[in-house]
Amino acid sequence: MQVRVQTEDFDVAAELAALREAGPEIGALVSFIGLVRDINDGARVAGMELEHYPGMTEKALHEIAMQAAARWNLIDSLIIHRVGALLPLDQIVFVAVASRHRGDAFAACEYIMDYLKTQAPFWKKEQTPEGARWVDARETDEHALKKWEAPLSASMARAG
Amino acid sequence: MMKIQLRFFASVREKLGISEQTVEVPAQVKTVADVRAWLCARDALWAEVLATDKPLRMACNLQMCEPDTLISEACEVAFFPPVTGG
Repeated sequence: MQVRVQTEDFDVAAELAALREAGPEIGALVSFIGLVRDINDGARVAGMELEHYPGMTEKALHEIAMQAAARWNLIDSLIIHRVGALLPLDQIVFVAVASRHRGDAFAACEYIMDYLKTQAPFWKKEQTPEGARWVDARETDEHALKKWEAPLSASMARAG
Repeated sequence: MMKIQLRFFASVREKLGISEQTVEVPAQVKTVADVRAWLCARDALWAEVLATDKPLRMACNLQMCEPDTLISEACEVAFFPPVTGG
C-alpha cells in the first residue's frame, strides 16, 4: 500500500505498470482518475489551489487504504493526491487497486474514493470570474458512505 | 494549565488570519469542544469563526475527532471546514 501527496503530475501508465509488477497473481487492476473541471456550481473555474494538512493527510489516506485491505482481498493499492496550484483538465487524484478478481478491486477503489472525499484533509479554493472561493463540501459525498455502513455489505455477499 | 498546539486550515485559517499557535489552556479545558469554547471567548472574530453552529471539523493528534475527545499535554488540535479533496 502506497500513499503519495505531491505537487507534481503523475503518469497513469507508469503507475499501473509499477503496480502490475507487484505480482503475477494480480488478475484485476482497477483505477480511478479525478480531474479538475472548468465549471463548478455554475461558475467558470480558471484554476484552483489545493490546501492540505501535512502529516494528517498521509495518515488519513493510509488508514483508508488499510480499511479497504481489511475488507476486501487485495494485493496492493496506490493513492496519489496532488496539492498546490491546479488548472482545469489537470489530474488531481489517482487511486489504483490490484486484486486477484475484479469484484474486490472495483469495490475497494470506490470505497477508497468515497472515504477520501469525506475523511482526508484537503480543501479546494477555486478562482472564478467573481473572485476566489472555497469549495463547499457536498452532502452527496456524506451520503455515499452510507452504502458501506450496512452490517452485511453487498460486497461481502458477493464474495461469499 | 496545559500547553497545546493549535492548527487552522482553509477558510478558518484565512478568517482568523493565523495558521498555528501554541497556547496554555486552563485546567477546566479538558475536551476539544472545551478548547473551541475557550477560543470563542477570546473576541468577536474568534466567536464568529469557531461558533458551534458552524459545521467545523476537528482533529486531535492528526486524527478526526468528536467534540468530547479529551486533550492531553502537547497535543495538536486542529479546526477546519468539511473537507473537499478528490
